Amino acid sequence: MLTWIAGFIVLVVKLVAILFFLLMAAAYLVWVERKFLARLQLRYGPNRAGKFGLLQPLADVVKMLTKEDVVPDGADRVIFRLAPAVVAGTAFLMFAVVPLGRDLTLFGRSVPLVVTDLNVGLLFAFAMSSLGVYGIALGGWASNSKYALLGSIRGAAQMISYELSLGLSIVPIVMLAGSFSMVDIVNAQKGLPFIFVQPLAFVIFVISAMAETKRIPFDLPEAENELNAGYHTEYSGMRFGLFFLGEYVTMMVFGGLVAVLFLGGWRGPWLPPFVWLVIKILLVAVFMIWVRGTLPRVRWDQLMTIGWKALLPLALLNVIVTGALGLIMSP
Amino acid sequence: MGDVWEAVKAVGTGFATTFMHLFRKPITEQYPEYKRMMPVRARARIILTRDPDGGERCVACSLCSAVCPVSCISMEAGEREEDGRRYARWFRINFARCIYCGLCEEACPTSAIQLTPEYEFAKRDILDFVYEKEDLLVDHQGKDPEYNYYRHAGIVTGVGGKGEHIGESEPVNIRSNLP
Amino acid sequence: MTLYGFLFYIVAAIIIGSTAMAVTRRNLVHVVIYLVLSFFGTAMLFYLLGAPMLAVLEVIIYAGAIMVLFLFVIMMIRVDSLEEVIPPFRQRLPAMLLGGLYLGCALLMARGTPGAGASLPLLTASPKELALYVFGEHWFTIELVSLLLLAALMGVLNLGRMKADEAGKEKSA
Repeated sequence: MLTWIAGFIVLVVKLVAILFFLLMAAAYLVWVERKFLARLQLRYGPNRAGKFGLLQPLADVVKMLTKEDVVPDGADRVIFRLAPAVVAGTAFLMFAVVPLGRDLTLFGRSVPLVVTDLNVGLLFAFAMSSLGVYGIALGGWASNSKYALLGSIRGAAQMISYELSLGLSIVPIVMLAGSFSMVDIVNAQKGLPFIFVQPLAFVIFVISAMAETKRIPFDLPEAENELNAGYHTEYSGMRFGLFFLGEYVTMMVFGGLVAVLFLGGWRGPWLPPFVWLVIKILLVAVFMIWVRGTLPRVRWDQLMTIGWKALLPLALLNVIVTGALGLIMSP
Repeated sequence: MGDVWEAVKAVGTGFATTFMHLFRKPITEQYPEYKRMMPVRARARIILTRDPDGGERCVACSLCSAVCPVSCISMEAGEREEDGRRYARWFRINFARCIYCGLCEEACPTSAIQLTPEYEFAKRDILDFVYEKEDLLVDHQGKDPEYNYYRHAGIVTGVGGKGEHIGESEPVNIRSNLP
Repeated sequence: MTLYGFLFYIVAAIIIGSTAMAVTRRNLVHVVIYLVLSFFGTAMLFYLLGAPMLAVLEVIIYAGAIMVLFLFVIMMIRVDSLEEVIPPFRQRLPAMLLGGLYLGCALLMARGTPGAGASLPLLTASPKELALYVFGEHWFTIELVSLLLLAALMGVLNLGRMKADEAGKEKSA
């Protein structure tokens, strides 16, 4: 009974810590993005709220929390109110399977630094990512607005298209690691991170992840110069904030997935494992921001061509080649 | 294959460009600390100017009010007892409505109403944006230091009779058809 | 009742309730949402029964892809409501009969199987075991199903091509 209670307390502490970490990280990722993007565009970025604008995320949170929460006329009220929660909730749930570091030893007990080490952890992350589409599709539909509907239709089409290449690109990784568990995948990269073994899978995964998080150059669902803000046109206040939060948490989660799958997770010399993971997540995030500051938005037909005619066949080819090589080389 | 190479090269050039931007000084002008000199003809706060002799230029003709696309100007005309000069009894501009298009300045026959480059006026209360004549009237000639309407036209005020104004020729004697 | 049994009945109630709601709603988008909830419940049931792989696949494929496609089509062709298309009773009758038959079979099977009343064993099938079972013992069925899917795919491709040809003819005419 005592171990059960101790386990429960450890779980709650872990959940609270990870939630707090994610919220703060997402808020400051926004700051990093605004600063870095500004420098790419020869601007300063936020520099008024606090030193270097460091208090800007807090100011934004206060602003969004105190703004009026408007539900437009003719909207499907229940779904309209629920949709942002779906986006943010699935994004948070995805992080549950990302391992943050080596097992800790506390009071003689071993505490794994991951919320749950599912033996289908990777697939769980994908399942949550595919459920996130509902927040976007339903939020846009429930808004009773043309822009929002168009944005959500685009979002739904884009996300199911890119989920395929996203899923297929990691099949070789699973083959090499022999497990869907993220902890096992990290352990399998003891010698060489998988980015050197599977560079093609890495490229496909990163491109698809950018499409899944709906970031420039794949931000068609919210293309602000065609659709105002796409699926969240009608949202205001903290409901819009939840969409925003969901987007940045998803960015962090995909950063975490790239780090775990290709960059060796929390492995690294000298520094503690958790710091290494944060550095790797930040690297991926900064790369995504760099892409945002450089590339223009792709056209709708180009988006579909890239997804279906380039990434998907390449990912399939990668799976076949890896499988064949695995068969040949296995004793 | 050549196409792919071209595409990679193009994207790579883009990334290189943005990367180089990281090491350049931002071109932003930090506003409250650095205020850019506005051009003389920039259009912001509206003033009512005086002629070189110190009299009010405005003759309350209401042309500015008529031409104003957002109807933010209103006034009431009056006539001075001693010399018959027209003036505005009151003159009101609602800057909360004004769009700073400058049409009033173009319409004004006496160069009285003028737009200045002074753009920094923000207020907490929207009613503070309603400017009365005493807020608008200034003690200078604005962009047109020479012009005095009454030296070019008008006889009631006694500045000059027929044909005595600046640039005005003698009136034609309509009883004589001789060239 | 064990904790697992308790959870089982809750999840089962969610599945039956949401499916009933899905069948009776008029608003198509609500139907999709209840169906997704039902699939989600099914996934939880699979997880409870020791098949995490199946549970996750259920969410990814059914809830995450197929229902999104449904939603996509509903939003594209803008049929928000079923008000005008309630089928007459004689069209609904076969479906009801089939449903009744299916329910009867399920009940008979549940009563006839000796182990049905036993409490749930705490077993978990790992993805590897599942794959070995499916692709080892049932490889022929898998091949048949994939052939079926391939046929459907080619049919859709053909339909799309026919439409495109017609459009091309109209343009040239």
